[in-house]
Parts: sequence; structure tokens; C-alpha cells
Amino acid sequence: MTDKNTADNIISLASELRWNIGEGYHDKLAEGIYADATAIAKNAVKKEGEKRNLRLDSAIDNIVTSRIWGFPIMFFILATVLWLTIIGANAPSSMLSYLLLDTVHPFLKNIAASAGLPWWLDGFLIDGVYLALAWVIAVMLPPMAIFFPLFTMLEDFGYLPRVAFNLDKLFKKSGAHGKQALTMSMGFGCNAAGVIATRIIDSPRERLIAIITNNFSLCNGRWPTQILIAAIFIGAVVPGRFSGLISTASVFGIAVLGIFFTFLVSWFLSRTVLKGEVSTFNLELPPYRPPNVLKTLYTSLIDRTLIVLWRACIFAAPAGAVIWLISNINIGDQSIAAWAIEYMDGFGLFIGLNGVILLAYIVAIPANEIIIPTILMLTVMATGNAAYGEGAGVMFELDSSAEIGNILKAGGWTLLTGINLMLFSLLHNPCSTTIYTIYKETGSWKWTTVATVLPLIMGFVVCFLVAQVWGLVVG
Amino acid sequence: MSKEINNGCEGCKHYNADGLKKLGVDISDTDYVVALAGNPNTGKSTVFNALTGLRQHTGNWPGKTVTRAEGGFSYRQKKYKLIDLPGTYSLLSTSQDEEIARDFILFGKPDVTVIVVDAGRLERNLNLALQILEITNKAVLCLNLIDEAKRHHIIVDDRSLARDLGIPVVPTSARYNEGLPELIQTIHEVATGKIICKPHKIKNVPKQINTAVEKLNKALLQQYPNIINGRWIALRLLEGDKSVIEALKSGKLAQV
Repeated sequence: MTDKNTADNIISLASELRWNIGEGYHDKLAEGIYADATAIAKNAVKKEGEKRNLRLDSAIDNIVTSRIWGFPIMFFILATVLWLTIIGANAPSSMLSYLLLDTVHPFLKNIAASAGLPWWLDGFLIDGVYLALAWVIAVMLPPMAIFFPLFTMLEDFGYLPRVAFNLDKLFKKSGAHGKQALTMSMGFGCNAAGVIATRIIDSPRERLIAIITNNFSLCNGRWPTQILIAAIFIGAVVPGRFSGLISTASVFGIAVLGIFFTFLVSWFLSRTVLKGEVSTFNLELPPYRPPNVLKTLYTSLIDRTLIVLWRACIFAAPAGAVIWLISNINIGDQSIAAWAIEYMDGFGLFIGLNGVILLAYIVAIPANEIIIPTILMLTVMATGNAAYGEGAGVMFELDSSAEIGNILKAGGWTLLTGINLMLFSLLHNPCSTTIYTIYKETGSWKWTTVATVLPLIMGFVVCFLVAQVWGLVVG
Repeated sequence: MSKEINNGCEGCKHYNADGLKKLGVDISDTDYVVALAGNPNTGKSTVFNALTGLRQHTGNWPGKTVTRAEGGFSYRQKKYKLIDLPGTYSLLSTSQDEEIARDFILFGKPDVTVIVVDAGRLERNLNLALQILEITNKAVLCLNLIDEAKRHHIIVDDRSLARDLGIPVVPTSARYNEGLPELIQTIHEVATGKIICKPHKIKNVPKQINTAVEKLNKALLQQYPNIINGRWIALRLLEGDKSVIEALKSGKLAQV
């Protein structure tokens, strides 16, 4: 009680004294601190000779943040990182799938058979859980092991703040915060990380915009889907020697489209539900630092890559089990999966997708990484294509993307389905980890729902429009 | 020249920070709490990683660390808990990452605060350092990135800096593990009271403000004799800082 009284006394003394000081207290104090800092620094710092390195830094800055070259260089770097990831991931991916799926899987099946495991336990564990894990590792590890070190090196070099500098004007025009460029870049690795990174934005309004739009940065779990579908449906339209380039170009196109949607939705939000002033801020352009290559490799491989992979595995194992269960438990004359696909096929085809894709996206809410295997398995089951796969609910890897293409085409897929899947992979609800992170960061179910449902609706609309235009043009 | 110094150091018992054990996330039963504060992008996380053996992600852009990370090390039979705070330019503002840093220095009452500054941008960095020195008496200035400053032909006289600031100054280049044994030793000496700091207090405060601060500080000390940073609290009260007013009302500020 007395404590509160004395505190109140002091506070009222403070407000009394505040009158005597007059205006501009904050500025005067800040100036005072700066004056001290200047005096002390002057005593201690000696500058010798020319600052040649500083000049080099600003020479680089003049180019990478120039009006003419800033954007081309940015796009060129993004495209190069994608291209290296796409062409570099191919060989190790097929090696891993050969090892994990063609060698270890039959081996496990043999052991299970000789141990006399009942068919359902063997199916549930080896065809469900193990195969889901094996697929995720084979598909995700190689691109991540290339993408993350490249990205980390750009980060260490000091390029990200320059990206923010280049994009600042566009973000300002969209009514958003310039630092959103940084959180958007983090989103290309992982949306959950991108959402946490929005803490650097002071204004709650601009921070919400950054959180809601982070999902439009294609995350690491979605790159493999984009890359594979682009190779099968778009790369295959052109002669073989161009297919790598064309696939890269289409994936790059989707990524840039994502950036475009980031601006569009930011603009929309800042003019409707999240109206307000754009806040100004200082962004330091740090000196360029030569990336420490070995250290970068080590930290990005051991920490980032393995941690993300581990998370994917944790989600993939139960998802594999669910896939196996829904395709092996029958209601009436067909499995739960078959009923669901039949039920959603109408709406799916209406928007240029199909029931299989929609069901796959429901099963894969925990992790976007397992979309492709889920789709393949469900397609095989729905089309009854017994020549492929290994029975109901078995996720499998095929040796070449051409073979995957054959299955999908047998399942009624067209170039339109491929394009729309790429669009839908960009525009749909965030994965469950990201949704949970958004809830933790905003503390609001309302905004979490907006961030979850908005991209999904946009995905439906965009796919529908593309399907309509396609119908008119291609017939 | 520098080689000779290195050779000399190798013989010294401090060189290998003998008895340094990186404890990673093991932060149970710690004897001392050490906070790492500083401007964004000065290498706090790199220092943190070097001392704890953890691998907090580091990156060359301001704002990389947005949450506080904790880790531990032990040195000469004493266990230290190290806290990596988000980088801030000042303690006077309000974004979430800056508040995390300020609240910890103010309410967490670390035994030692290590202020990490960029040797190449000393003047701007000192702005924050001076504010921290208003809050705490036990601090070490980690003059980081000296390699980079050297490349830019900037030389910082650490002795004159230490004299002016009234706290020990340790030049380091954390990326290349230079100066870290000396930093650990200095942290140890400040924590154990072997080094007593007499930190610089802000001098260039306009006269009316200073009179008000002195009056308020006196009143504060009368009521709460335990408070060590009365001047800073007075400055904040005059500004009308809500969280400091709250903390004073709830008695959180007066607990030591």
C-alpha cells in the first residue's frame, strides 16, 4: 500500500517537473547522448589513409541498388539460385530414391515376410510410414542441401538489405513496410521462419500485412512440387535440351507471381481492413562481408537443412499412415479415399484441378512436401492402374519423371492440370506449422483465419479463371 | 609484429581460456547471468555462438535475431548463463524486438552486460552503449569487427575508450575467434567483482533536464535506496514511459 503511494508520489513529481523542462525533451536528450558519443569516439578513433574498401562497397551498392540494374540483378540472382537447385538436385535425388525405395524397401518387405508380420501391420508400417519418410528424404534433401547454402551465402554477403532497399518503393506504394522485403526473403526458405522474422516491423498494422502475405513466398516444401510438375508438363513440351531451361523459367515465373501477389494483397489489405499510414524507418546497409564458405556449408546443412528435414519427417510419417489407412479402409464397396475423391472431383474439375489433388492437399496440410507422392498414390488407386505402384495406399517413387508423367496422364491430367497444380501450390493455405506460428505471433484467431483462408480462396479463383481462359483458347 | 604478440599469448594461461567449457543449452544452476547487447549487425550472435558452442543462426542483415537466445558456458568453476538479445539502436523506442532487449537489461538485472559494438562504426554504436551504462554498472565493451575496421583503415584506441567509458574494453574479431579468451577473462573479472566499473554518465544533458533528473533521482533514492539506475529511471519517467511507470507502481523496478 505504502509502496503504491510512494510510487504515485514520484510519478506526480515527474509530471510536475516535466512542465518545467518544456518542449522537445526527447530530442534534446537524444542530442545530448549523441554529443557524448561523438566526443568519446573522436578521442578513440583514428582513420588512416584512404578508405578504399568503403569505396568498393559503395561502388557495388551503386550497381546492385541502381534504378536500371537493381531489378535485373535481383531477378538474375533468384533465377540462378533456382536453376542451380533444379539441375543440381536431379542426380542425388534419383540416387537417394534408388537406395531408399528400390533397395531398402524390398529388403524391409522381405524381413517382414520372413518374420511373419500380418499384412496390415506390414502395410501400415512399411508401405505407409516408411515410404512416406523415404520419399520426403529423397525429394527434399537434395534441393534443400543446395538451396539453403546458396541462400545463406547471399545472406552472409549482405545482399538481403539491398533487396529491401530495391523493393522499398514498391512496398511503400502497396501501403506496407519496406522491411517486409526481408521477411519475404526469409519466407522463400520457410514461411514459419518468415512469420517470426516479421518481429522486426514495429507497426502492428504493417506487421499483420507482412504475416498474411508471407505465404506467397514459395517455401522450401513447395519448391520440389513446382520443379517436378514443371519438368513433367512444361519441360516436356519443348525439345529435350531446352527442357531444363524452360522448367526453370516456369518455376521462376511462379515465384515472381508470388512476389506480385505479395504486393497485390498488401495493397488490397492496406486499403481495406488494414488502413493506415506507411511508417518510415532507417535501414542500415551493412558492409559486404565475404561469406565464410565452410562455415556456411556446415551451419546451413547441419542446422537449417537437417532441422527442416526432421520436421518434414515428423509430419510425413503419420501422413503416410493416414494415406495407407484411408485407402485400405472400406465403407460400402470402396475405400474412404475413393469416396472422397469421387465427392470432390466435380468441384476439382470445375476449377481445372481434380478430386485427387484436393484430397492430397487435405492430407498434406501438415507438410507441403508430401503432396506429390500423395497425388501419385491416389491417382494410381483411382484410375485402377495396377501396372504401377504396389497396391492400395503405397507411396512409391518412379525412376524417371517421364514415368510419373505417364501415370498422371493416365489419370486424366493435361497441361492445364499441371499449370493449375503449380498455381494452386503457390496459392493455398499455409502448412499447419505456419498456421500455428501465425496464431502465436498475432494471438488472434481472426487474423489466423484470414491468413489461412484468403490464399485458399485466391487459389480457387485463379485456377478457375485459368481453366475458363484455357477452355476458350484451347477448346 | 602481430605474430610475436600471438606467440606471447600462447604462453599465457589466459590464452586458451583454460577451464572454458562450452555448455550449449545447459543453463541449470548458473552463478552469473551475462547479457549480450548491441546495435543490429555487430556480431552478437557470433560472439554468443563462440562462447556457448551453440549455433544460433547468424546473417549479415540488421534484425536477424528477434528472440532472445540462451546458452551457457563455464569458466574457472563458475557457471555462466549467456543471453543473446536482439540488436537495437536505442533503448528509447518501442518495437517488439527492441523491447525484449530493454526489458531484459532493466528487469532481468544481468550480472554483466556485454555491449558488442562495431569498431568501424563506433560513434553511432556508442549511442546505445551510453544508454546501457546509465542502467547498469557492470558492463564490458566488446569492440568487435576490428578486422573489418582495420581493412577500412580505422584504428580504435581501446585504452582511451576504456578510460572514457569507465568500463573494460576488449577488441575482438569473433568471426575469426580473436580476442575471445580475453573477453571471457574480462567477463569473469567483472562478474566476480575483481574489476569495478565506473561507467560514464551522460554529460551533455541540457541544464533544465539535468536539474529535473537530479531532483527526481533524489526522491527515488529516498524511497528505494536499492535502486542503482535512478538517473535513467528519472529520465524515463520524465519522458512518460508507460512500461517504466507500470514497473514502478508494481514494485518490479525496486526489487534487486
